Amino acid sequence: MAVITITKLTKQFGGLIAIENLDIEVKEQSIHSVIGPNGAGKTTLFNCMTGFYRPEIGDIRLDDHSLVGLLPDQIVRHGIARTYQNIRLFPDLTAMENILVGMHSHLRSGYFGIVLGLPTTRKEEQKANEEALRLLKFVNLAGKGDLLAKNLPYGNQRRLEIARALATRPKVLCLDEPAAGMNPKESQDLMDFIRHLRDVLGITILLIEHQMRVVMGISEKVTVLDYGKKIAEGTPTEVQCDPRVIEAYLGRGSATQPCAA
Amino acid sequence: MNPALTQRFPGIRLGLIGGVSLVLLSLIGMVETFNQREIISDLISMGQTLLLLTAVFIAYLAAKRGREHGRAQVFGASITAGLIMAGMLTLLVLLGQAINMRQVFINASPVLFQILIFQQEELWAGIGLLLLAGALIGFSAALLCLLPHWLRRVITTGLCSVAGVGLLQDLIAPILSDWSLLADFTDLLFPGNGLSISGAVGLFIVVAALSALWSFRGQALQTRIKALPPQSRRGLNFAALLAGALVMLVLPQVLGLFLSEVMTIVGLYILLGLGLNIVVGFAGLLDLGYVAFFAIGSYTVAILTSPELGFFDWNFWQALPLAVLFGVLAGVILGVPVLKMRGDYLAIATLGFGEIIRIMVLSDFLRPWLGGAQGIGKIPKAAIGGFEFATPQEIYYLILAGCALVGFISWRLRDSRLGRAWMAVREDEDVAQAMGIELVATKLLAFATGAGFSALSGAIFATKLGSVYPHSFNVMISINILCVIIVGGMGSMPGVAVGAIALVGLPELLREFAEYRLLVYGAALMAMMLLRPEGLWPEATRQRELHEEEDAVRASKLAEGSAGPRS
Repeated sequence: MAVITITKLTKQFGGLIAIENLDIEVKEQSIHSVIGPNGAGKTTLFNCMTGFYRPEIGDIRLDDHSLVGLLPDQIVRHGIARTYQNIRLFPDLTAMENILVGMHSHLRSGYFGIVLGLPTTRKEEQKANEEALRLLKFVNLAGKGDLLAKNLPYGNQRRLEIARALATRPKVLCLDEPAAGMNPKESQDLMDFIRHLRDVLGITILLIEHQMRVVMGISEKVTVLDYGKKIAEGTPTEVQCDPRVIEAYLGRGSATQPCAA
Repeated sequence: MNPALTQRFPGIRLGLIGGVSLVLLSLIGMVETFNQREIISDLISMGQTLLLLTAVFIAYLAAKRGREHGRAQVFGASITAGLIMAGMLTLLVLLGQAINMRQVFINASPVLFQILIFQQEELWAGIGLLLLAGALIGFSAALLCLLPHWLRRVITTGLCSVAGVGLLQDLIAPILSDWSLLADFTDLLFPGNGLSISGAVGLFIVVAALSALWSFRGQALQTRIKALPPQSRRGLNFAALLAGALVMLVLPQVLGLFLSEVMTIVGLYILLGLGLNIVVGFAGLLDLGYVAFFAIGSYTVAILTSPELGFFDWNFWQALPLAVLFGVLAGVILGVPVLKMRGDYLAIATLGFGEIIRIMVLSDFLRPWLGGAQGIGKIPKAAIGGFEFATPQEIYYLILAGCALVGFISWRLRDSRLGRAWMAVREDEDVAQAMGIELVATKLLAFATGAGFSALSGAIFATKLGSVYPHSFNVMISINILCVIIVGGMGSMPGVAVGAIALVGLPELLREFAEYRLLVYGAALMAMMLLRPEGLWPEATRQRELHEEEDAVRASKLAEGSAGPRS
């Protein structure tokens, strides 16, 4: 079952074609990676999927809903959440508040309920707090809820960003280079964590990543982009042996060498 | 360059900076104007205090810089700074003797020079005294710098309270002498203009002792309060709140007419500030046309209640909800087109809106309805039953109720889903939207809430004054409110109160300041941005975080120190 179906997607910036005629299907509860050299259009794809950009042609469907033309806040309510390549937490809010903001669309209290302190509002706040604490614990940040996001160490900020995305209760979680700037031990932990995430929460994970060890280690399917076009797709081993992939990464001529796998 | 000279560089540089400030303070006439008020009778005037405080502060900074180069440099740097500052004032005096500067600097009067040389008959004796004072200031600043932290705090607290009491003598003396028990005591403390010497010394000792007690016992008390079970802690908080409310309720009876009037002005600014705090402090939308909603609230009440226009004959309480409603509506109407803009563009658009409203009420075209330049008069006072809110002491209660209401609403909103949404928008609009926050609705809500609060204070303003004029609603009001928020601490509600007292209350109390109000505003804002960007009373989380950061830095320095130098 495909949870996300992208068909004939094209996104242009003036004369530059960032994504051209792209088709991707993401299977439910899979870990699907999108890789490609710098400028291949990976982050543009994420931005189209989450409503930051509006594609010119093509369609993006989550289950049966088309997402093209929706605003980011509408898309997140449909169930796609994301993290950012360069961490974008709310720096002057505490870790707890960051997560609570993520829950925004699941809270219902209105203006007057809040001002009057109605019991339903209080109960809702209390529940939200409990859930936020659970999420903090889930990403191994228990006890750090009162720290300002900007004062957390880098690795914690990455995990807090994931927790904030999870707080929106997504069906699909888009991670934009989660292992950037991590050492081998940390990226190994991250791989375990992503797998755990999928297994426990049953969500689909779409991943942009540059560290090949991470990509090949956890992906069930890999899509390779180059200059906005899909040049290969398949299991990690299939993709690794694809001559066009090797060419895109290593340059022309390298593809003649036999594949190790 | 000579290494000894570079070592003394902080002293020289800071001395020059301080000297320029002192010369400037003298030439713009602040010293002379302030000299009419004595802080301690026959000993030191407010003008001298102004120079002294500036000089000590600069010399203290120099001493601190000097300490980075070793203990010996502390005295060198601060005395150098002190002497340079005194030297520059000496040059000013000599220049004033040689040529007549008054064509350019009208305040460079003989009286000023007489003040600068301590009223000495002999010019050279005075200059000698001035230089000696400079050296002494440097010396004492260095001593202050070398003292342990707690002792320094005790001494500065004591001195500041003496200066503060001397500054506010006109207010404190009458209040104290109202109570017959304290009347004799008052005469002892304030014999004429300024504190008596014995009074000043006594005050210093009492405050210093209290401050010392706090620095030794305060920590223990705080930990003991923190260790209490949550139930009794909540009880304690409630008791404190109740005591605070009680004080606020009896305050106008104690303070008398003039101070109550000042309190009402401060209160109105707090009310306005709490509203703008939601827009600027919480949601991060820079609104420079905030006064427009204040005007809308005032004019709505005026039109609905004043018999002068003759359209309506409502009373204040009937008009008030409509005034707030119109404020909210105006907020929404302005908000819809301009909230797509960000930052500077939004500020300019709202600035324009504020001016539009002011010019509209000023126009001859709308004069039959809005009164034009003459405004609208004969606005009746608010009344409950037979009780009329007429005198400042009575209006104070009206404003207090308004502040309590608005403060309560802001407090509830801040800790809710809406408050968090506002702060998320302030931090990063795009990401906030990607978290499911509807930008337009969220921003409009902030805008409309702020506008409603502003209209509420406008309504109270109209009944307080009994008349409304277009010139009460110029752009300076918006700027003043913004300053109140920045100085108090963006997004902090107690900060709004502190900022309003500091920027609105104090200038009302010190008539000498009136002329220099804008100058002091500017200096205060710059000093805030440089020294305490988070504001006088920042939000609790931020303050805590800043301290934790400092602790972390200290801890890491300690760790580095123990680990020894790295290869």
